[in-house]
Amino acid sequence: MSMLAPAMPVRRSARTEIAVAAIFIALALVPFAAAYGAQGYILSLFVRVMVFAIAALAVDFLCGFGGLITFGHAAFIGLGAYTVAIAGAHGVTDMAITLPLAILVSALFAYVTGTICLRTSGVYFIMITLAFGQMAYFIAGSLAPYGGDDGITLPARSTLFGLAVFKDDRALYYVTLGFLAGAYFLLRAVVYSRFGRVFRGARENPTRMATIGFDVFRYQRIGYVIAGALGGLAGFLLANATEFVSPAYMSWQRSGELIIMVIFGGLGTLYGAIVGAASFLLLEEVLAGFTENWKLIFGPLLVLIVLFARGGMVGLVTSIKARLTRG
Amino acid sequence: MSFTLFIVQTLNGLQFGVLLFLIAAGLTLVFGVMDFINLAHGVQYMLGAYLAVMFYALTGSFVLALILALIAALAFGLLLEFTVFRHLYDRDHLEQVIATFGIIIFLNQAVKVVWGAAPLNLPIPEALAGTVQLMPGLVYPVWRLVIIASGLIVALMLYLLVSRTRVGMLVRAGATHARIVSALGVDIRRLFMIVFGFGTMLAAFAGVMIAPILSVEPGMGDSVLILAFVVIVIGGIGSMRGAFMAALLIGLVDTLGRSFMIDILRLVMPPSPARTVGPAIASMLIYVLMALVLYFRPAGLFPAKGRS
Repeated sequence: MSMLAPAMPVRRSARTEIAVAAIFIALALVPFAAAYGAQGYILSLFVRVMVFAIAALAVDFLCGFGGLITFGHAAFIGLGAYTVAIAGAHGVTDMAITLPLAILVSALFAYVTGTICLRTSGVYFIMITLAFGQMAYFIAGSLAPYGGDDGITLPARSTLFGLAVFKDDRALYYVTLGFLAGAYFLLRAVVYSRFGRVFRGARENPTRMATIGFDVFRYQRIGYVIAGALGGLAGFLLANATEFVSPAYMSWQRSGELIIMVIFGGLGTLYGAIVGAASFLLLEEVLAGFTENWKLIFGPLLVLIVLFARGGMVGLVTSIKARLTRG
Repeated sequence: MSFTLFIVQTLNGLQFGVLLFLIAAGLTLVFGVMDFINLAHGVQYMLGAYLAVMFYALTGSFVLALILALIAALAFGLLLEFTVFRHLYDRDHLEQVIATFGIIIFLNQAVKVVWGAAPLNLPIPEALAGTVQLMPGLVYPVWRLVIIASGLIVALMLYLLVSRTRVGMLVRAGATHARIVSALGVDIRRLFMIVFGFGTMLAAFAGVMIAPILSVEPGMGDSVLILAFVVIVIGGIGSMRGAFMAALLIGLVDTLGRSFMIDILRLVMPPSPARTVGPAIASMLIYVLMALVLYFRPAGLFPAKGRS
């Protein structure tokens, strides 16, 4: 079985529902637990986890369901973040304007680049998405009025109709959680819909889908735009969380990390993307606290996961469970 | 924009292109023959440079350092092939990307631990350290000419190897019909190993040759890796001729773009915006080129024959 096949069958099962409920309840409880520890640190860490979970969801939607391996998705995060930063530099900080704008800008970028990228497939698709990611990266680096390579600090977090809703870290946390839940349930609805069936069908066999009479290219482009818009949403939240934006958000290593998160969690499961983002970032944090040279452990770990744990963490749990129930 | 400057930058572009070819050649071979995306190819280049610095410090001779670095890089590459890559050949591209990404992360850090994070440098061999006058008013460093020449020699050797020898024939056949080649009784594993080792050595060679004019530092392979991918995608995956043409094209476009984009833009816009926009366009130029090529020729400029 290849890793490109979903680790779990795409259907609503009681077990999936329980896992999803557990994930969201756990995330909702984090701020209460954080009150007993280094609150600011824990909250900002988990906001980061949720922001990258949104982007990873988008990547899982493309890779796991559409078979479109994107190696440039960090560009959308960057676009969303830069929209907030640039609007902020011109005095527009209200999210009633910047949020729709961030989503619109990244959706538009996805539409234009998707039109070109989706002409290719396989390895060439990976490479051309990478090329567009690099273009966005270099454009951001050359925006001298907005910090260039050094990046730019936001004047303040976004407001909502003049109210400083993000002033409190907890408020930012729960808003991010709300968006994550929204993104998850949206994508799930899309995957189960008629559109989603065509989108998934195009992964299995594009020729057959085309023969039945579907315009595969159009479906894939809509999917690409949805994923791009979610990337923009993640960027909007990331800019607010860090109050800083830099081209590094769009580097190709970032895009690679998004794919790793999805693989970590198990491809084609959606909720695996959340698990993956959390395990990736928390593992990074734990290893970094353990030794300065955490990458010496992290790198080989990736290799081992690919070699031995197909289906990522979720797949690992499933196979262990299967073994236990069998024995 | 003087004529001498143009010549100098063209030579620089050529030197850059040749360097990219040395890296891309191995990448396209490995990719073409084994259908294996090796992101770790860039760190082989970095490793080549580091090993050369180390062996130079030990032996004090550039030639010895070059030879020892190539041998060590080959040994290391084969070790990686044996322990990790071999198990990835029949996996899908996504898994190959992740695993080789893991190796990049590991090696970049390992290099930092072993040799330190500060950039190192390798002196140019004394006999080739000077400059030479190519034309009146045009002085050019000898070492860059050496790089161009050695790259062209390697390209010629590769051409002869691929088109005139039995191994080359198998490689060409393997690039388009790997299964049939295997069914005809060729030990495809051994062929893979030879190709892989060869690619590794070429990347390390590039690293050693460029080390005297670049600083040797962790992560130096990452940007070059992406450029090498751009080269093989533009050239057509698995095509040696494509890699050569595309490498020179990318080298020239990138170098000339960076040097003259501002001047070109000033012909159509006022100087101040030209200075802002110029560098941005210059650094994007090759990616725009790649997007254009893929849009019009989705399989690259010189697709390997028979490959769909």
